[in-house]
Amino acid sequence: MAQMMYRDAVLQTLFAEMERDENVVVLGEDIVGGMGTAGGPEAIGGIWSTSVGLFDKFGKDRVIDTPISESAIVGAAAGLALAGKRPVAELMFADFIGVSLDQIWNQIGKFRYMFGGKTTCPAVIRMAYGAGFNAAAQHSQSVYALLTAMPGIKVVTPSTPADVKGLLTQAIRDDDPVIFMEHKALYGTMGEVPDGDYAIPFGHARLCRAGQDVTIVTLGLMVGFCEAVADKLATEGIGCDVIDLRTTSPMDEEAILDSVEITGRLVVVDESPPRCSLASDIAGLVTTKAFASLKAPPALVTTPHTPIPFARELESNYLPSPDKIEAAIRQTLAWR
Amino acid sequence: MQLSREALLRAYRQMKVIREFEERLHVEIMTGEIAGFTHLYCGQEAVAVGVCEHLDHADMIVSTHRGHGHCIAKGCDVKGMMKEIWGSREGICKGKGGSMHIADIDVGMLGANGIVGAGSPIGVGAALSAKIDGNGKVAITFSGDGACNQGTTFEAMNMAVVTKAPCIFLYENNKYSEHTGVSYSVGTNKDIASRAEAFGMKIWRGDGTDFFSVHDTMRDVLEYVRAGNGPAAVEFDTERFFGHFEGDPQRYRGKGELDHIRENRDALKIFRARVTEADLLSGADLDAIDAEVMTLIDEAVAEARLAERPTAADVLTDVYISY
Repeated sequence: MAQMMYRDAVLQTLFAEMERDENVVVLGEDIVGGMGTAGGPEAIGGIWSTSVGLFDKFGKDRVIDTPISESAIVGAAAGLALAGKRPVAELMFADFIGVSLDQIWNQIGKFRYMFGGKTTCPAVIRMAYGAGFNAAAQHSQSVYALLTAMPGIKVVTPSTPADVKGLLTQAIRDDDPVIFMEHKALYGTMGEVPDGDYAIPFGHARLCRAGQDVTIVTLGLMVGFCEAVADKLATEGIGCDVIDLRTTSPMDEEAILDSVEITGRLVVVDESPPRCSLASDIAGLVTTKAFASLKAPPALVTTPHTPIPFARELESNYLPSPDKIEAAIRQTLAWR
Repeated sequence: MQLSREALLRAYRQMKVIREFEERLHVEIMTGEIAGFTHLYCGQEAVAVGVCEHLDHADMIVSTHRGHGHCIAKGCDVKGMMKEIWGSREGICKGKGGSMHIADIDVGMLGANGIVGAGSPIGVGAALSAKIDGNGKVAITFSGDGACNQGTTFEAMNMAVVTKAPCIFLYENNKYSEHTGVSYSVGTNKDIASRAEAFGMKIWRGDGTDFFSVHDTMRDVLEYVRAGNGPAAVEFDTERFFGHFEGDPQRYRGKGELDHIRENRDALKIFRARVTEADLLSGADLDAIDAEVMTLIDEAVAEARLAERPTAADVLTDVYISY
């Protein structure tokens, strides 16, 4: 075990997988940085510092610094993957999927099905997501629900440095296309990371806290919020199961349903708007498949159905917070 | 360069297969047996064949919604294609893709595509793969005069130049993007290749109704790109004998236009005239191929009609490799 930052877990996993398999190539805007400048290559190493040193080690053919052309970045990843490579493309901000959506949605997510199962498209599209930096409406969104709604792609949302290593390793080795979403507010967080080869299979949620009274399903930055609330409530004798989904596609339905069958109470904490969301999806799952177990209606802690505001006071009110999560849990427990 | 007798026979046969495949579909679609949208390649045969006769399976192509000709020219199984268009589970894509999504990675055919312009960046990625491997292989993106107006195509051209990808942007200018004329939709005075030139690529042009023009042009283009000079672009002036899709009433055509291009701009007629006048092949040689191809297409249709239909369980397979 080593203590490591979330962002360094991204970098070290990319490094390890590129060393292990020469078919792994990375591409994206400024992942090298400084190309065509007096400062020269490696001036940046990715705006999240998640590709520092890759260019020096692996060279320009496998570390491809691209123009600002998101459709072409994802499209090139699609072509590389069809041709037998294992591309890891970086979209910089998850919000930029708007520019490249056709290549994700109509192309990489559908090749295998449209082509009758004869094709693999092992492309990974990495992207930073999430609010908390006053980056406003076009640089803060948590778009996992939109992507989870697309058959044919897998969606991964690690919340710890250990999960970054395990899930990114799996993503690169997986033969299906994977969207790998890194929360901006987690890049600087520290955690223990297992040494050596470590891959976490998709579709297996992580039970972060165990309790008998309420099931909390969450992901990404919200995991830490929910753990803190669960720890606080534990001092009052209220026990919470905190389930970190890790992957939203595939989703570990069994972990959710097994927990709700014991607790009878569900709170979903989701950093995105409520309509057609992960929260509503999970509430739908539980009410259709574990209705008889429920002692209270599912409680959904989401953002409001608005774009993400800029000002500090606005953004902090927009996001789910430990206080809002705690209130939702207490309300669920009080329902009868 | 003089082509061998075998090469000439093969080229003619490939063009004839495309022609009769499409002519037959045009008839069969009227019966209502074939579902969905179909876009026929008739009239453009010389381009697909003139290009693909230079390629082997390790070279990759990315096609368009008008993709049957590219598929056949690149070596996709003709009977499997017919079954696919009939929606059979014996089809080349198990009946899950249909006319617009035929692909066969094994022969370097990375897919027809229902989204106009979507293939261009995919071709750049395939070309980058060849560049990494240093194997002298290329990727060719077929685009029409419609796709040349998509932003994806502009992004792809620039990225190919910046990354020196061995990618060939091949524009088939059949003068219609769906139902709109090229003189309206392509602002650069109907000229596509000059756009590629503006992106920093060396360009070529040729007559897309003349197999020999396409084949000779592509020899130079491929030599340039395989030598590691980065991407290139080529524009072929060609004709579309049918509508945008089957069922298109083609009210945009000029009076006598279709008769005129069928008479004067028919790739098969032009090929036949060229090789017989030069005594390279005889009329009998070509007639024999015609008969053989008609039999092949008859068989393909008959087998497609009888081929196994997909089941409800087939809906659920092939979404992922691992679930």
